[in-house]
Amino acid sequence: MPAPPAVQVSDLVMRYGATTAVDGLSLEVARGSITAVLGPNGAGKTTTLETCEGYRRPQGGTVRVLGLDPVRDRRALLPRVGVMLQGGGAWSGVRAVEMLRHVAALHAHPLPLDLLVERLGLAECGRTPYRRLSGGQQQRLGLAMAVVGRPELLFVDEPTAGMDPAVRRTTWDLLRELQHDGVTTVLTTHYMEEAERLADLVHLVDHGRVVASGSPLALTRGRGDATIRLVVTEPFPAGAPQSLAAALGAATEVLPVDEYSLVVTGPADASTLSVVSAWCEDFGVVPESLTMGRMTLEDVFLAETGRTLAPGEGGHAA
Amino acid sequence: MTQQDTARTGADGTFAPRPGAAPYAAMVRAQASMETRLLLRNGEQLLIAVVIPVIALVGGVVAAGRLGIDLDGADPVDALTPGVLALAVMSTAFTSLAIATGFERRYGLLKRLGASPLPRSGLLLGKVGGLLVVQAVQVVVVGAVALALGWSPDPLGLLLAVPCALLGTAAFAGLGLTLAGTLRAEATLAVANLVYLLLLAGGAVVLPRSSYGAASEVLALLPSAALGDALRAALLDGTLAVLPLVVLAVWAALGASLASRFFRWE
Repeated sequence: MPAPPAVQVSDLVMRYGATTAVDGLSLEVARGSITAVLGPNGAGKTTTLETCEGYRRPQGGTVRVLGLDPVRDRRALLPRVGVMLQGGGAWSGVRAVEMLRHVAALHAHPLPLDLLVERLGLAECGRTPYRRLSGGQQQRLGLAMAVVGRPELLFVDEPTAGMDPAVRRTTWDLLRELQHDGVTTVLTTHYMEEAERLADLVHLVDHGRVVASGSPLALTRGRGDATIRLVVTEPFPAGAPQSLAAALGAATEVLPVDEYSLVVTGPADASTLSVVSAWCEDFGVVPESLTMGRMTLEDVFLAETGRTLAPGEGGHAA
Repeated sequence: MTQQDTARTGADGTFAPRPGAAPYAAMVRAQASMETRLLLRNGEQLLIAVVIPVIALVGGVVAAGRLGIDLDGADPVDALTPGVLALAVMSTAFTSLAIATGFERRYGLLKRLGASPLPRSGLLLGKVGGLLVVQAVQVVVVGAVALALGWSPDPLGLLLAVPCALLGTAAFAGLGLTLAGTLRAEATLAVANLVYLLLLAGGAVVLPRSSYGAASEVLALLPSAALGDALRAALLDGTLAVLPLVVLAVWAALGASLASRFFRWE
């Protein structure tokens, strides 16, 4: 019998009072993969992850982690799973390496601390109390705590939030290395780039549902290879997207982003670009920028939901 | 992953999964040692654990001598030391535990440990271990100061005092955890300190109940007075006082059931 998927979520429903945080979400995580759950704040990512971690009991649907029920089989599952919370998770007065050593002491075969301290750049702050660590240092310590017990499966919630770009890349390298050594990783993120660079499989999530799934390449190729992005100096007059869509014809899709910008997807090429340019002149809008580039997951998300991934636009965090 | 990536990261099986929980006893030991270090690291915790009881003892003995206060006819240091030990037990098992646990909840530590192999029973045992180590430090310090002041406890009473102190610890710890598991951390801090001060002043913990006049009978039902009475009976007279121990047992049962029922981990 083949091993069950690392994670299998079927029709998960989670509510907080009158708010439905997760609304019939289904996803699967293959063993050995890095799988990203990508969506804006408030999409239900953290709630889904915490249900997989056994913190919450599903109100509807089922969750299986390594073939087990994360609530009922919690004790059997916990040593096999590494968890990185979105924030906190340490005493305020504990020193960074002291905390890591403590978590290591709870496991049977922990990784050598020196290795993690070096790889995650924690040496510089090893004796600093947790409350005085920067946000990025707290994140790195959180990741170290999640991997130190040599888990089979890693749940990381917004692993690189608050990290500078160089440290973010170091973190991605570590996650890739873990994957190479056989660790499955499930990560939530609202950074399109993180999902695109790191994940084998991306589940785009919005309003508590998966709106699209696939490899980053499959998702971005699915709607044509390129994207044209138009940003204008004054807000668009009413009816602008419809007018542009009419000018371009049925093969392309016009997606309004906000009152200053829109995106054109589909078989966009140089001739499409000239049509858009001509339309600007005819319609009387002045481009701030008009660019053509490869399609991103951000564009896919916009196409699927009509919303952007950017934080601050997606309501409160779940 | 491309070949180039593999070459760059140099992955070689270092991170190959090898999950497993440490043996239960090792986890509890690690947790207790951590709890102890953190309890003793805080200045304000040390103040409440050691400095205030010592001041209460020295101040009480000096004041009783100067003012000629009668403490049931006993030598002031003999009469006051059991109560000061009771105060020390109460400060750690109730105030320190409540405050520390309240902030552990607030900082997501309890949630994080909830995802570690350490079971809740192990966490609780670790906390108890930390408490007992801190209390041992308190007893040594307070006892040394008392002996320097001429304390002559009943030898058998020193043994009898141990179960009294443990029962008192259980009673106060249950109440402290109930507080920490239901209120916000700041509210826990405020309430735990306030209750400590109120019991210190009016709870018949340091001073014997006879000093409180007509309130004496009612005070007997407080855990603070019960612990003070039990330790005084043991250390002054070498006897086990049954009624105070029953009172402590009832508080311990109440505290445990409240904590297990209402404690919220997040």
